[in-house]
Amino acid sequence: MKEIHELNLPDDVRYTDDHEWTKAEEEKVRIGITDYAQDQLGEIIFVEVPEVGDTLDKGEAFGSLESVKAVSDMNMPVGGEVLAVNTALEDAPDMLNQDPYSGGWIIEIKPSDPSELDQLMDKNAYLEMLKGLEE
Amino acid sequence: MRYLPHTPEDIAAMLQVAGADNLDDLFKAIPDDCRRKDDLHLPEPLTEWDLNSHMSTLAATVAVSPEYKVFMGAGSYDHYIPASINYLLGRSEFSTAYTPYQPEISQGTLQAVYEYQTLVTRLLGMEVANASMYDGASALAEAMLMAIRITRRKKVAVSSVIHPLYRRVVQTYLAPTECEVVEIPYLANGRTDLSQLTNLEDLAAVAVQSPNFLGCIEDLKAIGEKVHSDKKTLLVTCFSEPLAFGLLKNPGSLGADIACGEGQSLGIPRSFGGPGLGMFAARKQYMRNMPGRLIGQTKDKDGKRGFVLTLATREQHIRREKATSNICSNQGLCATTAAMYMAALGGTGIRELARQNHDRAEYLKSGLKKAGFTISFDCPTFNEFVVEFPADFKTTHKRLLEKKIVAGLALAPYYPELANHYLLCATETSSKEDMDTLVKEVTS
Amino acid sequence: MKKSFGTTGLILDEPLLWEKGAKGRTGFSMPRQEVEASPLDDELVGDGPDFPDLSEVDVIRHYTRLSQWNFGVDTGMYPLGSCTMKYNPKTNERQVSLPGFAGAHPLLPAELSQGVLKILFELERYLAEISGLPAVTLQPAAGSQGELTGMLIFRAYHQSKGAPRSKIIIPDSAHGTNPASAALCGFKAIPLKSNESGVLSPEAVAAIMDEDTAGIMVTNPNTLGLFEENILKVTEIVHSKGGLVYGDGANMNAIMGMVNLKNIGVDVLHLNLHKTFSTPHGGGGPGSGPVCVTQELERFLPVPRVIEKDGRFVLSEDFPESVGKLHAFYGNFGVLIKAYSYIRSLGAKNLKRATQLAVLNANYIKEKLKGTFYLRYDRPCMHECVFSDKNQTPNKVTTLDIAKRLMEYGFHPPTIYFPLVVKGAIMIEPTETECKEDIDHFIDAMKAIAEEAKNSPELLFEAPKTPKVGRLDEIAAARYPCLSD
Repeated sequence: MKEIHELNLPDDVRYTDDHEWTKAEEEKVRIGITDYAQDQLGEIIFVEVPEVGDTLDKGEAFGSLESVKAVSDMNMPVGGEVLAVNTALEDAPDMLNQDPYSGGWIIEIKPSDPSELDQLMDKNAYLEMLKGLEE
Repeated sequence: MRYLPHTPEDIAAMLQVAGADNLDDLFKAIPDDCRRKDDLHLPEPLTEWDLNSHMSTLAATVAVSPEYKVFMGAGSYDHYIPASINYLLGRSEFSTAYTPYQPEISQGTLQAVYEYQTLVTRLLGMEVANASMYDGASALAEAMLMAIRITRRKKVAVSSVIHPLYRRVVQTYLAPTECEVVEIPYLANGRTDLSQLTNLEDLAAVAVQSPNFLGCIEDLKAIGEKVHSDKKTLLVTCFSEPLAFGLLKNPGSLGADIACGEGQSLGIPRSFGGPGLGMFAARKQYMRNMPGRLIGQTKDKDGKRGFVLTLATREQHIRREKATSNICSNQGLCATTAAMYMAALGGTGIRELARQNHDRAEYLKSGLKKAGFTISFDCPTFNEFVVEFPADFKTTHKRLLEKKIVAGLALAPYYPELANHYLLCATETSSKEDMDTLVKEVTS
Repeated sequence: MKKSFGTTGLILDEPLLWEKGAKGRTGFSMPRQEVEASPLDDELVGDGPDFPDLSEVDVIRHYTRLSQWNFGVDTGMYPLGSCTMKYNPKTNERQVSLPGFAGAHPLLPAELSQGVLKILFELERYLAEISGLPAVTLQPAAGSQGELTGMLIFRAYHQSKGAPRSKIIIPDSAHGTNPASAALCGFKAIPLKSNESGVLSPEAVAAIMDEDTAGIMVTNPNTLGLFEENILKVTEIVHSKGGLVYGDGANMNAIMGMVNLKNIGVDVLHLNLHKTFSTPHGGGGPGSGPVCVTQELERFLPVPRVIEKDGRFVLSEDFPESVGKLHAFYGNFGVLIKAYSYIRSLGAKNLKRATQLAVLNANYIKEKLKGTFYLRYDRPCMHECVFSDKNQTPNKVTTLDIAKRLMEYGFHPPTIYFPLVVKGAIMIEPTETECKEDIDHFIDAMKAIAEEAKNSPELLFEAPKTPKVGRLDEIAAARYPCLSD
């Protein structure tokens, strides 16, 4: 497992307290999991994703990640309609481990309330949160 | 007591380390108001020899072959079990082992059950089989729940000629869900009547049994075609006599999405109805939705082939309330037994044995026909069939019990419209002589 | 390394069934063809399954070799916490193989099956006596099916009061089957944290217990091996709001003859016959999970039930409020016979003694190992104790490594990574059938491994080397599942 200072935490995304990241691109928002999440889970062997067209609320589970010994739900950082899912993850779920912020993106949504994005953490706030977990 | 090895010296030494004055002291943490004040009231312990006597006396009161000729199937079948099977099951490395969570020292169980899974897929013509459910009834119930999970629909249709006791278990399992169970009637020829089945788009699954409870072999091909006219509805087929697939086309080849049933016929004694063996298989695409344990093949770090429990993230110990089922212990040793039996019987043997079952039941059927009785359903059967006896047959049936013959199972309690109809079964254990005697006795 | 039991043994390789044999061989004595062949419609006839053809010798050698790769209770100590891997008496096997039991058809008329019905009836009485709860069903085929039965009874009870409830309180230390069974019954699982001492606190229960909560599921002693000392208060709180208490009886081995479950407030209890009552685990079953309930809840028990009528035993379906049926017939009768034989062989005094010695063995191990391994709750335990790998973490050694190394010393590892509330948990339950010398060997082995963890951890990382296979690639097994040939 990585030490906190070893984690990759980009500046240009916003973070949730259950370790998802969001990146707004015009009217769309891309969502994935952070380097901390993939490191904790270990090698991911299966990703369960929603269907395009599903509409989910903030906090609702939109899928799950499986490693050999554990399953983790992923929850919507903000509410919205699913526009796209990363189908490459079906054959290569370990992309989430290798490249969590780019090739490992999971879903793309149209947020129902873009202001919900402002409630999310920036890199520094997330880093502080992680330090708090370690104690 | 021979299972309690501690001597007084052992106990004294251990108490000292444990920091207790006496054995009772160890239970200090239990508050007084939680402690039992009186001793347990149970019969005085029996020596091994007295227990043997006691149990032998009880066992002797039960009607079993060879003394009794029991012509009943209905989900529990009399088949020969080779001595080799019983001998192998006596190897306590199989029977006293735990669930193979530590695969390095459980390769015996793991390979045996991997082989079982494979033999089941071949027997049923399906792609994936699990390591067992409790019995045919709960396997069917779990199949319904699985279909509901996959399709997200809230209704299932169940043939009324599926074993009545299996249907009751399905009702019990589905009662707390919001899902509806509708029953499909049967035709005059003993097969399921799908003609009234409309609104498939509401149905998660249509379940039929073949051979069904009345012994009739269903037209699974036609049923499958009808069910799959809806893209989502699943065809669930079940069985209570797997030996049938030594002779008949298997459910996988006829379109089953899930095939499940009772495996007791495969080397497991009847044992008053349990333990049985819930066989469960499905299409590969539904693998992640399957309940129960799954054993997979892999390699160790030196490249040696090995077997391991896999896809455990579906199961309760990881998924907890979101698991595909709550099942933990299954019927491990029974699955091993079934694999041993299928191995001993072999591909050539199972075809021969299935043929013999069919032929003997047909012999009994034609004997009864010749004696003037009506065979209730005009439909091909495997090793069970229904006969209509005269209205006063109850007395005859009782008289035959005294002659140590159980002449079939009365269907009246299960199908009121079939009063005077009896379900009869003949297997490879039914001799020509015994069948001739039965025909003679019911005629007189 | 210290002298251990773990040598390599006689491990012969053995292929898969279909990798051996030859067409035409048979391992089965085919009965004579006594009647004429009868035709069957071609449309219905299939090709038969692709099974290998093997001789009896092939089959015997195959399974004999496979068995030699397995570690069972008969091989050595099996200290799996929460599993109660006690010795499986061989006389039990003799009883179940009696033809009158093995050959009994479940739908025989009552007058032809008195012996088996009597066993069912008497076993129910014995379990009622041992648990303190008077009404019993033997139908559930395993502990988790017993839990489902219990949840169905909860549901039926609240429905009968005209007020169905939607939630169940489940401690975070509970076995995974608890929330899974609750969910199967449509209940929402409300998690409950244990307190600092590792037990449930009445205040925490009171905070979440309300009139939409059907009840609570408790394991007592809990999965940390600790007696729930506040149980009376907890059950009182639940009852005061009209809820019921479900007892998970997996740890019954710690309290036989010591505690009456009814008196501590339990309404519904399941027992695991393959744990407490010595029936063998079979490599994953069959087990049996009887359920014992209060008089008030008797009417909800599954049917049919064995009743005594004019000195004879009969099966009755006359229970209109029954939750229904879980098993096609009456449960795993072949397993029930073994538990019956065990109870008849031990009697009251020895059952209590078994409990006392189980608890003695666990406390002895706890005291001997507590300096070496980190003991999360340093207080008297019941029949099991929970350590963790905290002391070994500085050397990068994990619970998994310790378990794999222990195999090479000739022991089955304890339960690992459960309960979830202790990180890196190592749960040790010796049971009462282990003698002092074997326990001392176990303790020596664990101590030796702790030394190795400090000084030569590669011995742990590379373990095990002596069994049939080394550590297996579980990631590949899950990524690319190969579930049959």
